[in-house]
Amino acid sequence: MRRLLRWLVFLGIIGLAVFWFVTRPDYLDPDQFAGPTGDAARGEVIFAATGCASCHADDAATGAEKLVLSGGQKFPSPFGTFVAPNVSSDANQGIGGWSQMDFANAVMRGVSPGGQHYFPAFPWTTYNKMAPADVVDLWAYMQTLPASDVASLPHEVSFPFNIRRSLGGWKFLFENRDWVLTDVPNDQLERGRYLVEATGHCGECHTPRNALGGPDRSRWLAGAPNPAGKGTIPNITPAKLTWSEGDIVEYLTSGFTPEFDTAGGHMVPVIENTAKLPAEDRAAIAAYLKAVPAVE
Amino acid sequence: MKFKGFAAALTAATVMLGGIATAESHVDPAIAGAIKARQATMQLYAFSLGTLGGMAKGAIDYDADAASAAANNLAALTKLNQMAMWPQGSDSESVDGSRALPAIWTDFAGVSEKAKAAADAADAMAMAAGNGLDALRGAIGGVGASCGGCHKAYRAPE
Repeated sequence: MRRLLRWLVFLGIIGLAVFWFVTRPDYLDPDQFAGPTGDAARGEVIFAATGCASCHADDAATGAEKLVLSGGQKFPSPFGTFVAPNVSSDANQGIGGWSQMDFANAVMRGVSPGGQHYFPAFPWTTYNKMAPADVVDLWAYMQTLPASDVASLPHEVSFPFNIRRSLGGWKFLFENRDWVLTDVPNDQLERGRYLVEATGHCGECHTPRNALGGPDRSRWLAGAPNPAGKGTIPNITPAKLTWSEGDIVEYLTSGFTPEFDTAGGHMVPVIENTAKLPAEDRAAIAAYLKAVPAVE
Repeated sequence: MKFKGFAAALTAATVMLGGIATAESHVDPAIAGAIKARQATMQLYAFSLGTLGGMAKGAIDYDADAASAAANNLAALTKLNQMAMWPQGSDSESVDGSRALPAIWTDFAGVSEKAKAAADAADAMAMAAGNGLDALRGAIGGVGASCGGCHKAYRAPE
């Protein structure tokens, strides 16, 4: 009996140690970010490509208000409702007090300055593929944006999903820093892949997820149930998206489909962002969408 | 790897549970008619926009008379009194066949504001469309933004 108990305690300690090891925060190598300071003008384009304002600005914001990243937008999901935090330049309520490495670890590793895991509602699962120089430029730009002293609201997520440490296990199971499209024979496709897979986070909604919210990369961009309620986020692989590359570019520029319907819901802010990108970037996204595997 | 296998099995079980179909609903003919009428209105918007947008992107040759006709139709359509087309109980949560979110019925001020934005953008297009391709191109962005403004807030995904 004593021997069994001793074994159980031993196994329990091993189990905790494994849990602790697997779920520990993972940090970036600061040497990758040791280059020149960021270029805020370049960062403005990256800010459009990453779509930060779509979630972190107020839902009803128009014009210059969209640069006030005070948070507060709600994102219902099967796990609870996530609330976008204040990421404005305010030193207390926002991220104005962060260092460049704090920002890089948040964006590319999903780890807060205090070492807490962020929920994957924040698409660090995409940004983990960004070029460090782009993150540095983005940081330079975001520091120039207005400060807001609105306090961030807590996520409305219940047990057991509210245990942040367990998100380390989520990362172990589901985070993937490899490209989905491995074969990019030209510069345009490589650029399109970067814009879709590393910044634009199209896959966060257009790729289905498993019961624990892990993306199913075998059905990359093949459509998914709407996490916020009824309906489906469409399949945008060549199996279903039969538009020409020109049609896709037009949609990402004006929001008009070939039938002259228009984008709705969360695609509206997405198109506001893609419309700000250089025309060749929209063409690169269109080329990429034609090159991904067709999934029925 | 074993963890991943377990997670996959868990997923499969959940997907199967989720796949049990929900009961089909029967739509009141009055509601179905109203939905059809408003979708037909949207179709008429799209038909006019097909001419204007086609010219703006160079798919159709610019023609001042055709552009003006399409823009005037669009402006007239945005001023229809649509009150009877949006009865209570015709939202996306209540019936199949509509993507109109329930928020339309709880946010009348927001709906009115966005409807006015669409009418204003269509008026600006009606003024511009006959004055050359550049004028038309200058007005199309505002029209698209006003469509998106309403669809962003009030339309469910397919």
